[in-house]
Amino acid sequence: MDQFTPLSATVGGALIGLAATLLWIANGRLAGVSGIAGGLVPPRPADALWRVLFLVGLPVGALIGAEVGPTLLPEIPTSRPALDVGWPVLIAGALLVGIGTRLGGGCTSGHGICGLSRLSVRSLVAVLVFMASAAATVFVVRHVIP
Amino acid sequence: MNGRPLALFAAALSGIVFGFGLAVARMTDPQKVLNFLDFAAIPRGGWDPSLAFVMAGGMAVGLIGFRLDRRLAAPFVAAAFQPPTRTAIDLPLLVGSALFGIGWGLVGLCPGPAFANLGTLAESILLFVALMLVGSWATGLILALSVKE
Repeated sequence: MDQFTPLSATVGGALIGLAATLLWIANGRLAGVSGIAGGLVPPRPADALWRVLFLVGLPVGALIGAEVGPTLLPEIPTSRPALDVGWPVLIAGALLVGIGTRLGGGCTSGHGICGLSRLSVRSLVAVLVFMASAAATVFVVRHVIP
Repeated sequence: MNGRPLALFAAALSGIVFGFGLAVARMTDPQKVLNFLDFAAIPRGGWDPSLAFVMAGGMAVGLIGFRLDRRLAAPFVAAAFQPPTRTAIDLPLLVGSALFGIGWGLVGLCPGPAFANLGTLAESILLFVALMLVGSWATGLILALSVKE
């Protein structure tokens, strides 16, 4: 249980909720990352720039968080996260995330943070389905295949 | 909205705070996400409940934040609130969410953390984001065509 980090998780989650609240009450838009990225195609030029700026903000904020975080909370390590999968799995996973979030109309941020906060039943169903299929996938990869 | 500097500033600021929150919550770490999704570890020990606390923290703010619109005629820097147009619980929602979950469980990255990790400039992250966008955009174009016909 040494890997359980409740403080940084709750604080970070609250910041994500704050960011989603800001985009809603300022811009009237839902902070669903898959929807904001997906909405760039088919292209609608007048609707594109805010999407790009939000998406560019994500790695900018994450870089700041990775630098500042460890000095604020001891739960946050200075080491950078890394992917631990082979290329075929990475490619399949990326395509499934892209196709699935477009078909299902949202991801962990849109259905998860925004949808659940708005008490959307559709989003609750989506969250339960993708949590279940993700957990089943991890179970197979970690406990069945090896 | 492109012509409104304040709206663009708000979108950029929201993205930055969102990315900052993801890094602080450590949801940019795929292993940490997978350690939450590994529910078989609950009886065996070593399960990491952190992601549930991220959701709880986000909803604690969001449940209040998303209600503020009731006090506003319009968003601060845009013409109107744009809630989701789709509300039905239909087959695309179920199939799409199931497919997304498989991809998420395979790699440990969902769209937010995938973009947030772009700053590492790792080849694997660049490829993941590129293919994720190809999957989303191709699906969007196919869906748009099927609606028109």
